Formats: sequence, C-alpha cells, structure tokens
Amino acid sequence: MQISKDKFQLVGTKISEAEKISKPSLSFWKDVFIRFRKNKLAMFGLVLLGVLIFMAIFGPYMTEYDYRTNDLTNKNQSPSSEHWFGTDDLGRDVFTRTWEGARISIFIGAAAALIDLFIGVLWGGISGYKGGRTDEFMMRFADVLYGVPYLLLVILLMVVLGQGLGTMILAMTITGWINMARIVRGQVLSLKNQEYVLAAKTLGANTSRIMAKHLIPNSMAPILVTMTLTIPSAIFTEAFLSFIGLGLTPPLASWGTMANDGLPALRYYPWRLFFPAIFISLTIFAFNVVGDGLRDALDPRLRK
Amino acid sequence: MAKYIGKRLLYMILSLWLIVTATFFFMRIAPGNPFTSEKQLPPEIEANLNAHYGLDKPWYAQYGDYLLKVAKWDFGPSFKYKSQSVNDLINEGFPVSFILGLEAILIAVAFGLILGIIAALKHNRWQDYTAMIIAVAGISVPSFIMATFLQYFLAIKLGVFPVARFETFMHTVLPALALASTPMAFIARLTRSSMLEVMSNDYIKTAKAKGLSQGVITVKHAIRNALLPVVTYMGPLTAGILTGSFVIEKIFGIPGLGSHFVTSITNRDYTVIMGVTVFYSIILLASILLVDIAYGIIDPRIKLAGGKKGE
Amino acid sequence: MKKRLSIFFSMLLVLSMFLAACGGNDNADSGEKGSDSDAGKSDVAQELRVNINTEPPSLHPGLAKDSTSGTVLRQTFDGLTRIGKDGKPEEAAAENIEVSEDQKVYTFTIRDAEWSNGDPVTAHDFEAAWKWALDPNNQSEYAYQLHVIQGAEDANLNGGSLDDVGVVAKDDKTLEVTLANPTPYFLELTAFYTYLPFNSKIAEANPNWAHDAGDDYTSNGPFVMTEWSHSDKIVLEKNEKYWDADTVKLDSIEMIMINDPNTELSMFDNGELDWAGAPTGALPTDAMQALKDAGTLVTQSIAGIYNYKFNTTVEPTSNVNIRKALTHALNRQELIDNILQGEQQPAMGIVPPSMFPENEEGYFPDNDVETAKEFLQKGLEELGYSDPSELPAITLSYNTSEAHQKIAQAIQDMWVQNLGIEVTLDNQEWAVYLDKVHSLDYQVARMGWLGDYNDAINFLDMYKDANGGNNDTGWEDPAYQELLTNSATEADPEVRQQMLKDAEAIFMDAMPVAPIYFYTNNWVQDDNLKDVIVSGLGDAQFKWAYFE
Repeated sequence: MQISKDKFQLVGTKISEAEKISKPSLSFWKDVFIRFRKNKLAMFGLVLLGVLIFMAIFGPYMTEYDYRTNDLTNKNQSPSSEHWFGTDDLGRDVFTRTWEGARISIFIGAAAALIDLFIGVLWGGISGYKGGRTDEFMMRFADVLYGVPYLLLVILLMVVLGQGLGTMILAMTITGWINMARIVRGQVLSLKNQEYVLAAKTLGANTSRIMAKHLIPNSMAPILVTMTLTIPSAIFTEAFLSFIGLGLTPPLASWGTMANDGLPALRYYPWRLFFPAIFISLTIFAFNVVGDGLRDALDPRLRK
Repeated sequence: MAKYIGKRLLYMILSLWLIVTATFFFMRIAPGNPFTSEKQLPPEIEANLNAHYGLDKPWYAQYGDYLLKVAKWDFGPSFKYKSQSVNDLINEGFPVSFILGLEAILIAVAFGLILGIIAALKHNRWQDYTAMIIAVAGISVPSFIMATFLQYFLAIKLGVFPVARFETFMHTVLPALALASTPMAFIARLTRSSMLEVMSNDYIKTAKAKGLSQGVITVKHAIRNALLPVVTYMGPLTAGILTGSFVIEKIFGIPGLGSHFVTSITNRDYTVIMGVTVFYSIILLASILLVDIAYGIIDPRIKLAGGKKGE
Repeated sequence: MKKRLSIFFSMLLVLSMFLAACGGNDNADSGEKGSDSDAGKSDVAQELRVNINTEPPSLHPGLAKDSTSGTVLRQTFDGLTRIGKDGKPEEAAAENIEVSEDQKVYTFTIRDAEWSNGDPVTAHDFEAAWKWALDPNNQSEYAYQLHVIQGAEDANLNGGSLDDVGVVAKDDKTLEVTLANPTPYFLELTAFYTYLPFNSKIAEANPNWAHDAGDDYTSNGPFVMTEWSHSDKIVLEKNEKYWDADTVKLDSIEMIMINDPNTELSMFDNGELDWAGAPTGALPTDAMQALKDAGTLVTQSIAGIYNYKFNTTVEPTSNVNIRKALTHALNRQELIDNILQGEQQPAMGIVPPSMFPENEEGYFPDNDVETAKEFLQKGLEELGYSDPSELPAITLSYNTSEAHQKIAQAIQDMWVQNLGIEVTLDNQEWAVYLDKVHSLDYQVARMGWLGDYNDAINFLDMYKDANGGNNDTGWEDPAYQELLTNSATEADPEVRQQMLKDAEAIFMDAMPVAPIYFYTNNWVQDDNLKDVIVSGLGDAQFKWAYFE
C-alpha cells in the first residue's frame, strides 16, 4: 500500500500559535457577569426587581386616583375594573397605594440592608479578626445594645430627635446591624486560622488586605443570606415604627403599614392584606434568587 | 477553658450592669410615669404615690436601691398589677413562654436543617427551588401575619386546632408554628448556602474520591462545618423565643412573659421593665456565651480564649 | 405587553376572589354551644364564658381604678346600692336609705347578709373600706371618688384626720354618711367600685387578702371568685351565701383574658365564648359591617364622648372662629356610618344625651360646611391671613391606635377638602401623648371621656380651671366657673340642672373642644343568653343573667 506524502498536511507547527488562547481573556467581574447571566432563575429575579421598581415609579400615575383622598362611600370595594386592587377602609385605591408604598418599602428595605451590611461587616470583621480584648469589647457592646428594650429606645429617639426619615432609619439600624456583625464575626473566627490566611499573613499582607481579599469574600454566603432577611425585617420594622408614630405619617403608605392595616380585615376584605403581602413576598423572592445567583457567580469553585 | 469561661462570666456581669444602667436612665428620661392616665390624678395623690414607691428620692438613691435589689433577685412590686410582684410575673409567665419557645425552636431547627440540606444536595434542581419558595414565604411573612393566617385557616375554617388560649398540647401547635416559621426559613437558607460552600471544599472532594457515600459525607463532614452561621444565629434567637413574643401571645391569648416586654413599657411600669429586661438579658448573655463555646467544639481551629496555646 | 398585564391582573383577581370567598361563609359553623342547649330547656348549663381583655390590675375595691377590675368587682361585691335593671340605683347591701332634708346626711340600714366565709356584713365593713381607701398610706388612686363625703378630701390629700371623715357606723346595722355638699348622684356613687365594702376582719388579719383567689378573698356579691390565674382567666361561681341568691341563675362565669378583638370574635364564632365585644371586650372594626348584615350586632349608647381638644393658648386654635370653623366642617354622620360603624351618635354638644336630652340635636347642625367657611374667613382675617392656603399647617395629634388613626385620617381629609387648609397628623405613644396634651404641647388633640356616674357635672367639671388636671385646653371663663360653683351647693335638682345647661352653652360658644361623637357599646351574644344588664355608663352586670 502506497501512501503518498501529499495526503498529509502539516498542522500548527508554530509555537506561538500553539500557545494562543482562543477564548478572550476575562476580568473577574466579567466572568461573574457571564455566569450570572446563565442562571435563568437569577435573571428572572433581576427582571422581576426591575418590574417592581418600574411600577414603583410609574404605578401611582396609572390610575385616576391619588393615594390620600378618601372616598368613604366606596370603602372596602373588592377588586374590579374601576379599582384594580380594590379599595381600603377609607375608600382609597389600593393599586395606587400599593405602588406609592412600594417606593417607600423598597427604599427602606434597600437602605436598611446596605447600612446593616456596612456596619455589620465592619464591626464583625474587625471583632473576629482582632480577637481577644477588642473582640470582647466590641461584642459586649453589641450585647448591651441588644439587651436594652427596643421599644424604650424607639420612644426616646422619637422624643429626642422628633419624627422624620433620619430618625426612622436610625431607629431601624440602631440594632439591625448586630445580627450581621455576629454572623460575620463567627465566619471570620473560623476563617482566620485557615492556611491561606496564614499564608497571606506570612507574605506580609496587612489587615485590611486580608479582610478585603480573603475573609469577607469567603464569608459572602452567610452575609448574602443575612441580607435577604434584613430586607423583610426592615419593611416590617418600618410598619411597626410608623404604627407607634416614628415612621411615616398617614395618609402616606408603605407595604408594611398596608399589611398591618389589612391584617385585621383578613376575614372580610382579604385584598387589603393580600396585595401588599404578595408584593413583599415577590420582592424578597427576587432579592433571594438574585442573591443566590450572585453567590454562585462569585464562587470560582463552582465554575464548570 | 475554665479560665476563659470565668472571664466571660465576669464580662457578663459587666454587660448586665450596663444594660440595667442604660435601661434605668432611659425609662426615667422617657415622658410619663407609672401613674400617667387619661383621668389625671390629683397632684397630692400622685405625690403620695411617688413617696410610697420611693420615686421622690434623688435619682442616685433610686438607682442604688435598684442595683441592690437586682443583686438580691428581688424586683419589687409591679406598679400596675397590685396583686403581683415582678418576681411573680416572671415565675408565672416564663414557664409558659419557655414551653412554647422550645417547641418553636425544635420545629425551626429540625425543619430548617432538613430543608437546607436537601436544597444544598439538590442544588439548582426542583427540590432546591421548592425549598427556596418555602423559605421565601417564611422569611417574607412575619410571625404576626403567619399567626393570623394559621388561626384563620386551620382553627376557624378547618377547625383542626383550637382558636386560642394555652391549655393542651393542641393549643400550642399554631403559636409554635407561627413563631417557628421565620427562623425555620432563615436556618434553611443559611444551611443551604454554607453547605454549598463547604461541599466545594477540597476535603469533601477527597472524601468523595475515597468512595464515601453521600450520606456519610453529609453527616460527618459537611453539616458540621456548615453549622457555624446557624449556631451564631441561634444565640439571640433562643433568648428571644424562649422569653416569649408579644404579638403571638396577644393573638393566641397566651399568658406568657412576652407581653410584659411591651405592656410594661407602655404602662411605664418601672419595676416590671427592669425585671423583664434583667431576666431577658441574662438569658441573652448566657446563650451568646454558649454560642462562643460551641464555636470551639464545631471548629477546633477557633480559639476564643485568645491564649497562645489553646486547649 | 398590555395583554400580559391584563392576564396578570385577572390572575390576581381570581386569587383574591378565592380568598374573599373563603372569607364569606363564616357563620356557617357556630358550633359546640348548640349541643349543650339541645339537651333540654330545663337543664341548660348555666355557665357563662366572657372575655375581659386583660388581667385586672387589682381586685381590691379600694385599689381598683379601671373598667376591667370594675367588671369583676361588680359581680363579686355588693355595694350599698346596685344599678338595677332599669338603670336606677336600687338597695343592695343597704335595705333602707334615708336622706336628710338638706340632702347632706344619708342613713343606710345594712341588710342581714353574710360574707362568703359566713361572717356578717356590717356597717363597720363599709366604714373600714372607705377609710382605708382615703388613708394616704394605702395608695388608692381612685380615692378622689369618695371626696364628696365631708372631710374626705382633707383626710386624703391634706393630712386631715380620718376620724373627721363623715362616715360613721352607728352600730352593726346603721351607716351614717355626711356629705360636703348636696350630691344628687350620691346613690349612684355608692354602687361604684371604690364604694364597695371589704371584710374588715380578714383585711385586718391579712393586708394582702386581695392578691389571689382563696379563703381570704371573701366577697358579699352574687358571685365568689374561685380561681384567679393571672393573665389567663378568672373563674367566678355562684355565691350561695348571697342575700339575693334566689335571683342568681348562673352557676359560674369564666372570664378569660384575650387582648385581641379578632381572636375574641373567632372564639365566639367557634362557640368558645358566649359574648364578644363591649363592655368587657372589643369587636374588630372591620367586622362591624358583616355583623350588621348578619343582624347579630347589638348597639347601646353609653355616657361618653369622643372629642378633639383645641389648645387655646397657641395660634391659630387660640382664635375662636378658627375653632368653630374646624368644628363645623366635620361630617360626623359620614364618619360614623363608614368608619366607626357602631351607630354612634354625632355629638354637637359636650354632655351626653342621656343626661341632657337636648343634645340629641346639639348646638349646631352636623356637616355645616358653609358656616364653617364663614367662620374660617373671619378667623383668617383676625389672624391677618387673606387665604386659607396661607394658614400654616395645623397639627392633629392622636395616640397610637388603629381606630384613632383612621378617624384622624378621615377628619384630616374633611378639613383639607372642606376648608382648603393643610393638616398634618402626629401620632404619639400613649404616655408621651398624655404628657404632651397635659402640658399643652399640641394644637388639636383627640381625647375621650367616659362618665363615672350619671351626672352632667362629670363632663363639665374638668373645664372649670385652665390648669385643672383634665382641662388640657388652657380655656377658662369666670361665668362658667361661677355657674359650676353655685351648682355644687344647689339643693334643687331642677335649678341645678339648668345651671349646668347654661354652663354648657357658655362652653359651646367658646368651643375649646370639638365634640365628635357619643360612644356606643357594640357586641354580639349567644342567642340563648338573657338578661345581661349593661348600664348607661357601659357597665356589665351578670347578676340576673341566665341561659334559656
């Protein structure tokens, strides 16, 4: 059997070509983004959040009603073509109030979550990493704050600072960050003795670098989960604060206050509870799946 | 270890003193007093009452008296409930809240862990999504709404459980479920995410490579190391749940301790405020100490004692 | 996009319809109680179950100062008088009452009766109980209810001797009471809980006798307390030693403490309670319409008023025309029909119609927006404004409560729509709120007042002095003061009544308070439960109650 030479073709002899990476180089964040985009559920969550925010901005203008004018003769109407979500006990349009309330609740939820995140991570991180006396001091301070009756704190804040958005956010975050700090501290305590942290230390990395590059990224999972709990608790703390006079002044509405007001009417006018409650749940759902997606995307070990 | 615990107990007393002091002054600064009422008392009667309860003394004398009483575990009489001392209120209310709280914690931990582990093992499959939806419902529906829902559907509509009150085991089911729903959901989420984290660690891969079964890996390696954030969360949660919840007790008419935390403040019932705060704080500080001790057991690398050698 | 949106909405609609449907058929299964009564009419269980909301703060007659404690005490103790079925005081522990010519000396003859432990009820028990309450060492916060007795105020507040108090037990059977002034409502007062006796033998031996149910908790009323489980329930049983035991048909009363109106109504629907709502409990506002539609709601007016007080020491409410404008611009009937839904009466006067029948109509028409605008214009001119929009926003304060908040929002809307002024709401925690209102740190503030006894002075006296404890408005008027002072010593009831009416007219002309509505009690009760008597003051009595 004869095999002629021309049946063969030379493939890739150049070393430079053999070493070429055909996949374009990706920065860390671009990589994260690509992985996130592949996660259908997370993308759905993102879109859902977008829709909720869109409705919070434009929803109140979609009807002819405003959030405050009473119409007592049309009180407690069930959902209809006239009032899409029905009306409340003062005859106000629940659809308009729901989206008016979305502005406040989404803002409050996000603001409280971010502030708790910031203080909590910093406090817990430093406390856990420094350890010893610093840890004792910082954590016992948190305990004391947590032990003093919250309602008393709130009443005092209201008396001293008066009503207002600032007071409300202060009241919400004054103890809100503590859970986050405890969780972060626990993680950092466990992580700081791991080999890679020791290695980084040996290599001369300073505290802030170790925190930023090693400890916090590796605590991301519980941090994200804790954040998703912070949001609903902020939404309902706002309702509680508004109820005792520190938060919103009626007739302004939020999802929390609407749910609060609607709860006793569950047996008779369920839509007054149903709509705010379902949107709170949807928001939390969206934050959760986005959080999960982010977590998966951020974790390089899960890369396939 | 014993030395560390001793030191922590000392810190506990210090923290307790700070809490007592802060609460004492906060409640005195807050407007109103125990005799504030819609129908105002003649000033002479009010002066008389103040003298009887020692409220006319200078603040440092009252504060000193109070610290002494706390040290002796005698919180004095309630201003509002004339027939009970604060110690009576705590002794009668706490057992009720404790039973209910324990039930709730068991439900929350057991179901939370199971849900979380299943979700992590079946990551991004339908089991995971189902667990997620249950957890989201639990997190976004706070206990007072959950309580009303459970009461309405299970007690009123279906008649499976009694509507309210605290008499038999059946009476405790709905309030315990309502109390447990949010912690359960949160524990499920925490467990899931830490499990996922741990499962991708090298030692788990090694275990897999060694041919250990999924079950053994989960129980022996993964759960233990995933427990850390759950344990952290359990500290304050235990203290909060065991001492009772105001809304749950109100909705279900349960004679527990929880309602005193709120009503004592609205009544400005000074002695009750202090009594329940001290009681709660002790449980809180103790459970936080237990959490720190548990850290060392779960993850031997954690050395809180701060000592160079550790035990 | 549009189509999807509508699909989404119809989905929500369907879901909410489903929920609404679930909420619809509530009264279908109103349970267990029926089986008891089917057993035959003769032996129906005579066991009443009611809700009293909260733990009674004290079951010592001298220390009680709230309606929950009053509810229990009224069943367990018998005063000299008791408010009868017809709402008039009738002899109870006293079998005979003589009043002197000048209406200042009352002589009570005590009936042969026993305490629940067998001790005789004597005049000394009354003397001891009243003096106990007046004794400044005993911290009775309601002792001022006894101040109509001669020397009582002095002994209670100013260090006078208890021996000088005008109450003397002449012997075991005779109690002589001397009053400071003729007091036409004194026999109503003797039915009030501060005037109840206690077993002086027991009280001497055990000062803490009222702390728990037990052998030492002796009483002389229709029922005795056999169980007091704090914050949970109280059980009363028929007192076999009661002098009028034949009248009492109930064997026991279980009083549970549930402080949630929805739970209370649910338990009633489930057959776990025989009564839901006032006066011992409360009904959820959102249930009113449904209960009315079902025809089960019972309504009874009581002597009490819900009003908005004006601070007359700050602008703009210092201006009488502004106050009148705000008062006239309210549509009370609309508020009642749509928000309160308890058939309350619109209040255009300050004294309840049960005392002044003229106040069914009041001093001005309800919802008189035209007049309100005229007053507003006049007021604005006096204050130097030309247009309502220039008036700085008025702050309307109320204390934390769902009901107050609803009313405030409705009234805010009425003022905004009818007068074109700006109104902001201010919600405060109860104790903080009282502190603010009592120290005149507000503009307009909500306040309620319930009568302790059936007399107009109850609703007028608090506005006598600007710095009086419950005035809260900073308003006073010499002519008003004179009328009230004179009425106190006036022995002729007709003349006295006229003086009080004149005083009310002066008050309404200055309008330091905007009356809104007169209270009603609303409740639902078991169909077979009869003869629970709720008085005009809103007090429940179970002495005559029975199940058929």
